[in-house]
Amino acid sequence: MLHNIIKRILYVIPIIFGITLLVFSLGHLLPGDPIQIMAGTHHLSKAQYAEVARNLHLDKPLWYQYFLYVKDLLHGNLGYSLVTHIPVTKEFFELFPATLELSLYALIFAIAVGLPAGIFAAIKRGKFSDYSVMTISLTGYSMPIFWWGLLLMLLFSITLGLTPVSGRIATSFWIDHTTGFALIDAFLSGDMQAVVSVLKHLILPTIALGTIPMAIIARMTRSSLLEVIQADYILVAKAKGLSYYRVVLVHALRNAWIPIITIIGLQVSSLFAGAVLTETIFSWPGIGKWIIHSVMRRDYPVIQGGILLIALNIILVNLFIDILYTIANPKLRK
Amino acid sequence: MNTTQSIQVDTVNAVVIEETNFKERSTFSDIIYSLRSNKGAVIGISFLLLLVIVALFAPLLSPYSPIAQFKDAILSPPAWQAKGSIHFLLGTDDIGRDILSRLIYGTRFSLLIGLGCVLLASITGTLLGLISGYAGKTTDYVLMRIIDIIMALPSLLLAMAIVAILGPGLVNAMIAIAIVQIPAFVRLTRASTMEEKNKEYVTASLLMGASWPRILFITILPNCLSPLIIQLTLGFSNALLDVAALGFLGLGAQPPTPEWGSMLSNALQFIQEAWWIVTFPGLVILLTVLALNLFGDGLRDALDPKIKK
Repeated sequence: MLHNIIKRILYVIPIIFGITLLVFSLGHLLPGDPIQIMAGTHHLSKAQYAEVARNLHLDKPLWYQYFLYVKDLLHGNLGYSLVTHIPVTKEFFELFPATLELSLYALIFAIAVGLPAGIFAAIKRGKFSDYSVMTISLTGYSMPIFWWGLLLMLLFSITLGLTPVSGRIATSFWIDHTTGFALIDAFLSGDMQAVVSVLKHLILPTIALGTIPMAIIARMTRSSLLEVIQADYILVAKAKGLSYYRVVLVHALRNAWIPIITIIGLQVSSLFAGAVLTETIFSWPGIGKWIIHSVMRRDYPVIQGGILLIALNIILVNLFIDILYTIANPKLRK
Repeated sequence: MNTTQSIQVDTVNAVVIEETNFKERSTFSDIIYSLRSNKGAVIGISFLLLLVIVALFAPLLSPYSPIAQFKDAILSPPAWQAKGSIHFLLGTDDIGRDILSRLIYGTRFSLLIGLGCVLLASITGTLLGLISGYAGKTTDYVLMRIIDIIMALPSLLLAMAIVAILGPGLVNAMIAIAIVQIPAFVRLTRASTMEEKNKEYVTASLLMGASWPRILFITILPNCLSPLIIQLTLGFSNALLDVAALGFLGLGAQPPTPEWGSMLSNALQFIQEAWWIVTFPGLVILLTVLALNLFGDGLRDALDPKIKK
C-alpha cells in the first residue's frame, strides 16, 4: 500500500512542474508588454525602461527567468497585482476561504441530495419515480449554472423576497473574520441573527453551484448500484431472506462506493469552474470573481498566480482522494 | 473419412457461429433501431433537427433583424403580458431588440460554434490519441503528462486563460474551448488504440507490410469509433455550455452578436424589471444541451454492447 501511495505522490511531481511551466509561459504569451502595462499612462524613457527590465530580470534568457520564477514560487512569492499592488498570495488567501466555504456547502448539498436520489432511483428501477428522478437529474446536469443562478435569484430574491441578492452577510452585521468562514465566524460572534443572515446569503449560491455535481452524483450512484445489484452475492443475500432495503443499503452500496467516491472527487475541479460563474452572479467575494476581474483588467500576475494556486489545490485534493482510495480499496491495499 | 467429416462439421459450426456473431454485431441499422426505440433519444434528435432547420432558415423565420433596435419598444414584455405587444412575441431587450429574432439567429452561432469546437477537438485529440497509444514509451509518457496538466485545470478557467491570451471574441472562445476538450478525445482514442494494437488483425496487417498511417487510420481507427462518437455529442453539449458561459462573462461573443450566452451577460442589471431578458436565452441553452445529452445517452446505449445486454 505504501508503495502505491509513494508512487502516486511521485506521479504528481511532473504535473506540478508542468503547471508551473504552463503558467510561466502564460506570462510570456499574454499580449502586451508587461513593463508598459505596469507603467500605465506614464511615459518611460529608454533608460528607465531598461532599468525596470533589469530589475524584473526581463533582460535575462527565458530559462533563467523560469528558474527565478520557480525560486520565487518556492519562497511563496507570486508577484504583485498590477492594479492593487498587493502580493498575489496575500489576496488569494484572503479570498480563498469564501470560495472554499461556498464549494464545501455546495458539495455537501450535492452529496446530501444526489446520493439518496440515486439510491432511490436504483431501488425503483424502471418505475415512474426512477424516470422522474433521472429526468430531474439530467436536467440538472444540462443546466447552464449562470442561468440557474439568475433564475433562483429571480424567483426567491426578487419575486418572493425571501433571500438577499448578493454578498455573504447583511451589511448591518459586523463580525470578526477569525476563520474566514462566514458561518463559523457568525457562530463565534454569538449573534444568532448574524448566523441567520449568513445562511440566507449562502442558500442560493450553494444550490446554484451544487446542482450539476448533485445531478452527476445521482446518475453515478444509480448506475453503480444497478451494476452491483445484478451480482450473485446480492442474490444470495436476498435468498437469505434479508429485507430488500438492507440488501441495497448495506450489501450493494458497500461495493458500489468506489466509483461514487471517484466521481465525488472529480467534482472538486468543476466546483472551482462553477465558482467563477456563481460568484459573479451573487457578488460573492471569492477567488472566482477575483480571477474574472483580473482577466477583464489584464492583471497578469493575478491570472498567473490564481491559476497556479487553483491548479495546485485541485492536484492536492485529487492526490488526497487517490490515497484515500488506495486505503479504502482492498485490491489496492496489498 | 472421419477427419474430413469432422472438418466439415467444424466448418459448418464456424459458419453458424460467424453468422450469429454477425447478427449480434452493432451494425448501422442496429444502432438506428436501438435509437428509435429510445424515447429520449428520439425527442433529443427531433429537437436538434428543429434547431438545424431554424438555423438554416433564420432570415425567413425571424420577424426582425437580430440587431434592429426599436427605440419606442425598449424592455417591452412578452406578448401575453399586460403591456406586451403582439409585434414582439418574447419581448425586447434593454436597447429595444426583439428577443425572438435574436434567439433565432443565435441558433446559428451556437450550433456552428459547438460543432467547430468538437470537430477541432476531436480531430486533434484523435490524432494525438492514436499516436500516443500506438507509439507507447516516451512519446506516450510525454503526451499523457501534457494531457494530465491540461486536465488539472478546470476547463472554464483554462478557457478563460486562453481567451486572455487570444483576446475576447467568438472565434477565440471556440479555439479556447476546443483546446480544453482535446484531453477527453486523446484519452479515449489512446485507450482503444492500446487495446486494439495487439490484436491479431493488426499484426496481420503489419505482416502484410502496411505502412503506419494505414495501420493507424484504416486498420485501428474504425474499431475505436464508438466511444469517440459518444464523446462527440457530450463534447458538443459541454462546448455549448462553455461558450455560453464565456459569453455570459463577456469573454465570448461580443455585442451585438446574438449569441445565447452573451444575451445573458447584462441580464443581471435588468433582473428586477425584465424577467424575460433573463429567462428565454437560458431556457433555449438548457433545452439544446438537454436534447444533446438525451441523444448522447441514447447513442451510448445503442453503441455500448455491455449496456445493451
